Amino acid sequence: MAAEVIPTNIRVATRRRRIFLEHLEAYLFLAPALILIGLFHVLPGISAFVMSLTRWGVIYERWAWLENYAAILDPSGARFGEFVNALGVTLWYVLLTVPVEMVIALIVAFALYQGTRWRGAYRVVYFMPYITSVVAAATIFEWMFDANFGFLNYVLGLVGIGSQAWLREPRGIFQMIGSAFGAGVPDSLAGPSLSLVAVSIFTIWHFIGFQTVIFLAGLTNISRELYEAARIDGAGERQILRRITLPLLSPTLFFVGIIATVGAMRSFSQIYVLTNGGPLDTTRTVPLLIFHTFFERTAVNGIGLGAAMSFIFVLIIIAITLFQFRVLGRRVFYG
Amino acid sequence: MARSSALRPSAPRSFDRANVVGSLAKHALLIFGAAVAAFPFYWMITTSFKEFGEAAKSPPLLWPTSWHPENWVEAWQYPHTLWANAFANTIFIATLTTVGELTTSVLAGYAFARMRFRGRSILFALLLATLFIPTEATIIPNFVLMSRRYLGWYDTYTAQIVPFLVSVFSIFLLRQFFLAVPQELHDAARIDGAGHLRFLWSVGLPLVRPALVTVSLLTFLNSWNAFLWPLIITSRPEIRPIQVMLVQFTTEGGSRYHLLMAGAAFVILPTLVIYLIAQRYFIEGVARTGIRG
Repeated sequence: MAAEVIPTNIRVATRRRRIFLEHLEAYLFLAPALILIGLFHVLPGISAFVMSLTRWGVIYERWAWLENYAAILDPSGARFGEFVNALGVTLWYVLLTVPVEMVIALIVAFALYQGTRWRGAYRVVYFMPYITSVVAAATIFEWMFDANFGFLNYVLGLVGIGSQAWLREPRGIFQMIGSAFGAGVPDSLAGPSLSLVAVSIFTIWHFIGFQTVIFLAGLTNISRELYEAARIDGAGERQILRRITLPLLSPTLFFVGIIATVGAMRSFSQIYVLTNGGPLDTTRTVPLLIFHTFFERTAVNGIGLGAAMSFIFVLIIIAITLFQFRVLGRRVFYG
Repeated sequence: MARSSALRPSAPRSFDRANVVGSLAKHALLIFGAAVAAFPFYWMITTSFKEFGEAAKSPPLLWPTSWHPENWVEAWQYPHTLWANAFANTIFIATLTTVGELTTSVLAGYAFARMRFRGRSILFALLLATLFIPTEATIIPNFVLMSRRYLGWYDTYTAQIVPFLVSVFSIFLLRQFFLAVPQELHDAARIDGAGHLRFLWSVGLPLVRPALVTVSLLTFLNSWNAFLWPLIITSRPEIRPIQVMLVQFTTEGGSRYHLLMAGAAFVILPTLVIYLIAQRYFIEGVARTGIRG
């Protein structure tokens, strides 16, 4: 009896030891990644909120509770006007880019999916803008948008439209179109500035390839047998599109819609390079405003105000995403 | 390729007149789209070889009347620019970032897929949850974190590398690939006395090679294209990467567009070449993970 007890103990001990070593090894494997994420993502995420409650410019000054939030959100606050303007610009930017990108990418993906001899080559070309640096590509577009010698004004000239200032044009497009036909459009309905439209043209060019590739992957995932079965049952092309392709593609459409909206709201580099928020702040989206607040006005409470703005902005992005989930998510069909 | 033609209606649909028109329209559309996608690259290259007077000519010339490669030399040696330096910086930063990120992602991806430990699923869920912490919120605290008061990394290479040595997307992608490695291989290796590291090195990594290539290429590309963070975290021109250098160059170069286009070409061409060689990995990687930079 006693002789058996000891080996059991030893066995238990070695088993414990083995489990301990197994865990130690696993945590060592995870440690580098987890420490880095904690330090550069989780910790800053939490401290962003703390900073938004302080007065903090070049150096930390004092605890400010909700002063920063009041300055931004109170209609009589010092920063209310510029924040609301930036928010409006951001929403226009989303409306000008996301739907256009999605429709074009969908058409291209359909055309490629139906099979053409050079599908691979087309895919490479359409995806090319997406892998190029935003900064360098924006430099090329700045040149094409040039008011005097730009290629786009040349194209406009070919179809009989006069030269535009593009990136330097603060007037709203509805107002410009209106005045071209001799109709006066009030300032409140002026619409997004032509410079914002120019920035949007660049953004659409840059991201079409990304969406095309994702849509193409989504289309390829739809089983061929479904199409064949539908054809045998005598379904027409339009019916197939409405009853099979679009429902089965809807998760992809939904995913791309959400990613593109969030991505557009967060855009920084292309706007910074093309206009830096100008002319007359008509392209200053919220990320640009945060950057300006934080960087150029660091002397005056830039960190506190910037952190508060980013926190409010994140809440707005989350709210819009949740809204999309509720309204559009219901129409998504998951096999 | 012969996709079950037996099941197709026997009528030769391809001779349908409507079909021919549709097919022509489709090709016209695809070619037009491809031309729009590619034109800015063409315009960059041709402008960069034009004479100054010809670049700013109205109407614009689609093809230069004479070629001026010396523009590239002039752009490279433009006053106050340190192109060679910036290139060395970017290559240094991107290489270290890629190697480091690959290492942390392989280890973590493998652990999540193949090792048994308490809290595995909770940790993995938390990891995915960090994807929802947006850069807008973290960039200011990260800037403060780099200041002399805390890490003291402001204006260093370290600040441009270390925060990017981890990527949740890469961990996720590698975990998926490691999950697909058959358990029998793992058991056999264990019976032969191989530990996790040994198994990972000699069996696991060769089997997930496509994922390694994808992760490396996308990481390198992101690092090469990084702009906002280096812009705010550095101030000495000697340690700044090419993207920041290009913006500085465009400010200095004013409207000398033939030179600016040469500068843009410096930045774009290396990645374009890599992309054209390895395009499959780029496209598949993005299609699989849905990363939007």
